[in-house]
Amino acid sequence: MNAPQDISADSWTVAGRTFASRLIVGTGKYKSFEQNAAAVEASGAEIVTVAVRRVNISDPTQPMLTDFIDPKKITYLPNTAGCFTAEEAIRTLRLAREAGGWTLVKLEVLGEAKTLYPDMRETLRATEVLASEGFEPMVYCVDDPIAAKQLEEAGAVAVMPLGAPIGSGLGIQNRVTIRLIVEGASVPVLVDAGVGSASDAAVAMELGCDGVLMNTAIAEAKDPVLMARAMKAAVEAGRLSYLAGRMQKRRYADPSSPLAGLI
Amino acid sequence: MAIDGSLSVRVNGEHRRVMGPMTISGLLREIGLDPHRVAVERNLAVVPRSRLPDTAVEDGDDYEIVHIVGGG
Repeated sequence: MNAPQDISADSWTVAGRTFASRLIVGTGKYKSFEQNAAAVEASGAEIVTVAVRRVNISDPTQPMLTDFIDPKKITYLPNTAGCFTAEEAIRTLRLAREAGGWTLVKLEVLGEAKTLYPDMRETLRATEVLASEGFEPMVYCVDDPIAAKQLEEAGAVAVMPLGAPIGSGLGIQNRVTIRLIVEGASVPVLVDAGVGSASDAAVAMELGCDGVLMNTAIAEAKDPVLMARAMKAAVEAGRLSYLAGRMQKRRYADPSSPLAGLI
Repeated sequence: MAIDGSLSVRVNGEHRRVMGPMTISGLLREIGLDPHRVAVERNLAVVPRSRLPDTAVEDGDDYEIVHIVGGG
């Protein structure tokens, strides 16, 4: 364990950008922009994911996310949600770069609507093209240590394995593979998708992940702002627990009070 | 171009008839969009924002005009 001396200075860096918060939150599925902004504030997140979509040309004066979450204060991470081919994803991110100048992006290329599982062949191809065009793709992927390595070689600035299917809230299904990805990676690893509750986020951090990305777990909580606070605390607790280094597990009990001096 | 000088284009999948000559900036203005808040793709190629004022809309053009929305 390489625990830093000063825990308050614990930060992480992706593509040369350093962040104190290890929680990235989505901006979809909220009841209102106001609730969304309040949840982001409560989460302490410094990065939010956003999507690229057609402007409603019949009503172009609708309020916009940027009116509520200031892109000068919070880093926007444009995603390719809903893209099922490398070409669609690349097109989407080229437009995102033109819309706001963003080169740090979240790539996801999906394989099928039912599971929203990533199509790794297309994801790998898109990663190569994006990296060659000057993008810095943080890449949503399967929880496969080999695939994670290949993405890194292709130019991913972070690998983001799923804990469980997007929006499922099932928690981290395979701790072994997430840990193997963390051990093998030389870029940041963030669990992206599958977190349902605060304990899931803490587990991800205890496995040594650099961060956690979530949307539905906060947006679909009964009280999203309170859950955002819970997630902030869980990510911090999980990180500290990882740095502290957990005790070894034993098969049987080991008393905490001294046996000597018993009456 | 039609005989009355109008141009037939597609914007976000919808057919639209506009009076030529027109630049892409002019098209955005007509729709009511702020060029600084959107990105424009013309016939599958991104048009840099700096080129919007001097790029002419041509008959048959297919435009995608996008912006940033909430997402996961």
